[in-house]
Amino acid sequence: MTDPRQATNALELKDLSVAYRVGRRNRAVLRNVNLTIKAGEAYGLVGESGCGKSTVALSVVRYLPRNGSITGGSIALDGKDVMKLDAEALRRARADSVSMVYQDPGKALNPSLRIGRQLTEIFELAGITGQAAEDKALAMLNRVRISDPASVMQRYPHQLSGGMQQRVAIAMALANDPSMLILDEPTTGLDATVEAEVLDLIAQLRRELSASILFISHNLAVVANMCDRVGVLYAGMLVEEGSTRDVFNDPRHPYTVALLRCLPRGGQRKDQGRLDTIPGFLPGIGANIVGCAFADRCALATERCRAEPPPLYELGDGRLSRCHYHDKAQSLPRATPAEIAAAQPKQAPPVLQVEGLNKTYASHGRPLRAVKDVSVSLRPGETLGLVGESGSGKTTFARLLLGLVPPDDGGSIELEGKKLAPRLASRTEDQVKAVQIVFQNPDSALNRSHSIRHILSRALKRLGGLTGKTLDTRLEELVRSVRLTDRHLVVKPRQLSGGLKQRVAIARAFAGDPRIVVCDEPTSALDVSVQAAILNLLADLQSRQDVSYIFISHDLGVVRYLSDKIAVLYLGRIMEFGPSEAVFSGPHHPYTEALLSAVPKLDRTESARIRLDGEIPSAANPPTGCVFHTRCPRKIGAICETQEPELAEAQPGHTIRCHIPYDELARLQRPKTLEPA
Amino acid sequence: MVFLGGQVLPGNVGRAILGPFADQRAVDALNHSLGVDRPLLVQYGSWIWNFLHGDMGTSYVFRAPVAPFVIDALGNSMKLALVAFVLVVPIGILGGVIAALNFNRPLDRIISLGGLSVTVLPEFVTGIILILIFGVWLRWLPIAAAWPKGAGFFTQLYYLTLPSLPLFLVLFGYIARMARSGMIEALDSDYTRTAVLKGLPWRMVIWRHVLRNALLPTITVIATQTGYLIGGLVVIETLFRYQGIGSLIFTAARGKDFPMLEAGILTIGIVYAVATLIADFLYSVLNPRIRLGAEQ
Amino acid sequence: MSATDTPVSLPTPDTAQRSPWGEVLHSLSRSGTFLTGLAIVVFWIVCALFGQHFVPYDPLASDIINALTPPAADHWFGTDQLGRDVFSRVIVGSRDILTVAPLATILATIAGTALGLVIGYFRGIVDDIVSRVLEAFMAIPVVIIALLAIVALGTSKITVIVVIGLSFAPIIARTVRSAVLAERELDYVAAAKLRHEGALHTMFVEILPNVIPPILVETTVRLGYAIFAVATLSFMGFGIQPPSPDWGLSISSNYGMIGGGFWWTVLFDALAIASLVIGVNLVADGVHGAFND
Ligand SMILES: Nc1ncnc2c1ncn2[C@@H]1O[C@H](COP(=O)(O)OP(=O)(O)OP(=O)(O)O)[C@@H](O)[C@H]1O
Ligand code: SF4
Ligand code: SF4
Ligand SMILES: [Mg+2]
Repeated sequence: MTDPRQATNALELKDLSVAYRVGRRNRAVLRNVNLTIKAGEAYGLVGESGCGKSTVALSVVRYLPRNGSITGGSIALDGKDVMKLDAEALRRARADSVSMVYQDPGKALNPSLRIGRQLTEIFELAGITGQAAEDKALAMLNRVRISDPASVMQRYPHQLSGGMQQRVAIAMALANDPSMLILDEPTTGLDATVEAEVLDLIAQLRRELSASILFISHNLAVVANMCDRVGVLYAGMLVEEGSTRDVFNDPRHPYTVALLRCLPRGGQRKDQGRLDTIPGFLPGIGANIVGCAFADRCALATERCRAEPPPLYELGDGRLSRCHYHDKAQSLPRATPAEIAAAQPKQAPPVLQVEGLNKTYASHGRPLRAVKDVSVSLRPGETLGLVGESGSGKTTFARLLLGLVPPDDGGSIELEGKKLAPRLASRTEDQVKAVQIVFQNPDSALNRSHSIRHILSRALKRLGGLTGKTLDTRLEELVRSVRLTDRHLVVKPRQLSGGLKQRVAIARAFAGDPRIVVCDEPTSALDVSVQAAILNLLADLQSRQDVSYIFISHDLGVVRYLSDKIAVLYLGRIMEFGPSEAVFSGPHHPYTEALLSAVPKLDRTESARIRLDGEIPSAANPPTGCVFHTRCPRKIGAICETQEPELAEAQPGHTIRCHIPYDELARLQRPKTLEPA
Repeated sequence: MVFLGGQVLPGNVGRAILGPFADQRAVDALNHSLGVDRPLLVQYGSWIWNFLHGDMGTSYVFRAPVAPFVIDALGNSMKLALVAFVLVVPIGILGGVIAALNFNRPLDRIISLGGLSVTVLPEFVTGIILILIFGVWLRWLPIAAAWPKGAGFFTQLYYLTLPSLPLFLVLFGYIARMARSGMIEALDSDYTRTAVLKGLPWRMVIWRHVLRNALLPTITVIATQTGYLIGGLVVIETLFRYQGIGSLIFTAARGKDFPMLEAGILTIGIVYAVATLIADFLYSVLNPRIRLGAEQ
Repeated sequence: MSATDTPVSLPTPDTAQRSPWGEVLHSLSRSGTFLTGLAIVVFWIVCALFGQHFVPYDPLASDIINALTPPAADHWFGTDQLGRDVFSRVIVGSRDILTVAPLATILATIAGTALGLVIGYFRGIVDDIVSRVLEAFMAIPVVIIALLAIVALGTSKITVIVVIGLSFAPIIARTVRSAVLAERELDYVAAAKLRHEGALHTMFVEILPNVIPPILVETTVRLGYAIFAVATLSFMGFGIQPPSPDWGLSISSNYGMIGGGFWWTVLFDALAIASLVIGVNLVADGVHGAFND
């Protein structure tokens, strides 16, 4: 990288402090953040939700929310002090040298202008107009490797998929060849397969262009793959910084240590021990912090930590840690003991037996097969993991089991050998309480007008059939079983944090001794530290009560941790079904292979890259033959397009829907063994 | 529906016209000649049929075809409404836009609170106050809307100014409020942020990116306001003694002149339907999401 | 279970935790708009309740000799064509409108909420049909609906209350319906179904408390319009009937004379209506703000 700009840093934050005005008070969000990004460098900023990552990004481009203000420090872009720029100079800086891409590309594009127009106006700023601007725009779309750029130019944002929208947003950001590119969670909310593609694109463009990058993400693995250096933000303070390799392999701040331990890694499973957790909560914005901000949650904390705020200790090699005991950080005791009572493998008859389940919705007058011919079985105490991209039918399948939507005729659901009525209303009380759910979003799942006591008592009354004293006793047990206390009973949901709310939701699902609990993305709205605690809780409850889970998640590491069996869904069909270990370690279906390959890995092991290109087809208009053939990297020929493969038994209990024979799949996939999640 | 309303009104039509002391046979005879003793559905069917053919029935009171009255009145009301509309749509939108661009600053407060206050006042109240100010004390404008026969365009406009002002005020607040909240939403949106961060000049951001998205919802609101506008006409036309559709309905209701009443109200219904259609059309032309449908 | 049993602590609150309603009250108590509006409304309520005890003249007593005297020391607001004291009439004139309009609003709220809950919750054909009918209904200006109904049913306070109440009910129903439509998609409603809760429980115990804020806002806004409508109807001669000193009615019987310069016979009534309507709407604006910030 021979860049004339080498001399100056692309971005330099000095003692940056930002506050938001809430209820007539300025509340500090960023506290003296110092950060330098060298020309051509990719810097990752990580931290839990609410620690101030986006605020950093918005400060740099001087686009804080109305109630936000920079209360101190300075920001230099290319050596120029951004805060001293007048309106016109600021506009020029935005036009020439800094660009930003953020989450939710659907909202970032103007809904009423064509893509072409939104791109050409950038070139018009630089004085290029008419056909020349069109050509440049087209070139830019080519550059972000969008398919059929000419037609994309003519389209409106709502006519593009999420992945394409984000490509367009990246094209717009790079159109002015910026020296600084800020990416704030650019792939959050996209499917893992699409995320992988977009990340590949960014990595590639980085090599082609000269921009320095500030990459913001809550996902440590994504940052690990994209960045040279990384900073960990906590409560608006930088607590650790260093090269990506160093920070992730040899963290020097207890917070970083703990964060890394929360993730299920290297194919860890629930019977191999609990995940570690971080107790307590991030200090709220504007909190008055004396001493170390992490002290309340740190097992190494001493008196000194509570009294004396730690400076950013320089550890050499460009490493920084804001901890008095950075040398001992790695010896941070676990917050949660690892040992777990090993669950006894049982050979009980299945608790759930689903045969040939179908669900067809009507979509614009056309039938849409949301779930097609799904059969699975599950034993007591087992977890069935459902994976697949969005729209693959995971949630519909869960709703069919619960009876919230009726399936098509034919097909059957049996619970403990007895047939379940298709509609909830015609199921018996016992059957209703036997199948319960933990929803993704506890804010939606808990009635915000009711106290926690009301919510749980009502569940105990209706599902447990309890009243009076017995109800009270059972309520207490239930609350303790999800590790809440009496104090939590009197409050309303909004007074609890996301993790606590999810515990209440879990308690509610367990009120009537369920046989099966559906967990629909139960941790995806939560931070990793909280996610770990919820996963531990689910595992504990399972080993104690012999309950079975249907566990839906887009995070394959999490699914692997909790599941005994896996069903891989694509366009409503099961592509692969079998014991968790068999599905993950392979040989697996080409689609499973692609899903696994899309997962970003913390240890940066460059695994065989299998990327799916092309859009997910619409379930209303599925491809002929093998529905996966439009994207399959291992497609073998015409047979894939004309004939739908059977779900064939590859090994006892392990079925795969592919024309490629099992042995052949094994041979194809052997040379580059995948080490998932 | 209006028709049914007219029919369930008590008051035997013949009795209403001839008065309580008339001979029952005379009443029956009149009822028969007016056709009001036929079954309801038959009456309704033939009435709609005739209405669509330009025959709106015969007024009980004037004993003359209704159509000329209604058409005349509609023409007059249109003039009045048009003056109000032509003024209020641009000014209301402008007010909302200015308020939003000065969000939470004094100018915003003044426009928002002022708009709210004038919008919620009944038309006859603002009418009276305006008459007192401009008609009685300052003597700038005539206090009755009926212009001398054969008056030219500007004279008519002169006479219509005062009556149109209360309508203007009632609508101003609505339109300004909608425009303001649409603007604020658009200003806070991610796509506006994108436009600003592209380095576009502020004017261009507003013109190209904010206004169009911000004003879409306002268009629908303006159309639904036709209903209020017509309600306002009833009051304003009475207050200013103006021969429009509102005062026609009012007089007809007082005199229990049902054919006139029905024709008047059906006309209003048609005007409302047309206004809504135009708004839907405009909305879908301006909104690509509706025009092109969602492909994904 | 060992250390994992340590209960989770409550998050340290960074602001004093208030209940949602406490927060609403708190922000109302700091809203200038709301407090101003409230002061005006309370003033008129006091006048309606106790006005007749402290006004200088009997608002109904005519005194033909002193008819149409302009404002002066003994008649602050002058006298009308029957020599009645305008000031006394304005003060006491709040009484009928402040009885009729709130009652109409309450009727509209109850009917509209029930209707909105049912059509929002059940959706389907009932919703389609009822919504169409409501839409058609709302296309007709309230003044005209009222005009027709009052011609049909005759004028009385009850008629006015029923007519305004029922013609506002669809508007409230529409607000409630759209709030319920959003609520019923939330997972707590599915959770209720998964407990085999009945429709009544789900509607009234689960959903209703969550849609109270929009109902409250809509109700205060409607109260403003009810006052608007009652005043207008009275002015048109279809509302409150003589000899009430009602404002709209007074204006209606006196505005014919403003050409003659007798401005005081209408101005004060007009200002009274204006202040009450604006007061109620300031309250509504404050309530809206408190629930939406
Ligand atoms: N306009 C605002 N007014 C008040 N508080 C705000 C505002 N915007 C953000 N906050 C608060 O400031 C803190 C930092 O917010 P910020 O969005 O920078 O965090 P983040 O790290 O990007 O979080 P996430 O991972 O959820 O995106 C959070 O507590 C957030 O709730
Ligand atoms: S300074 Fe103390 S409390 Fe803070 S992280 Fe280090 S050891 Fe923990
Ligand atoms: S059948 Fe063909 S297209 Fe389908 S997964 Fe197998 S190889 Fe790919
Ligand atoms: Mg963020």
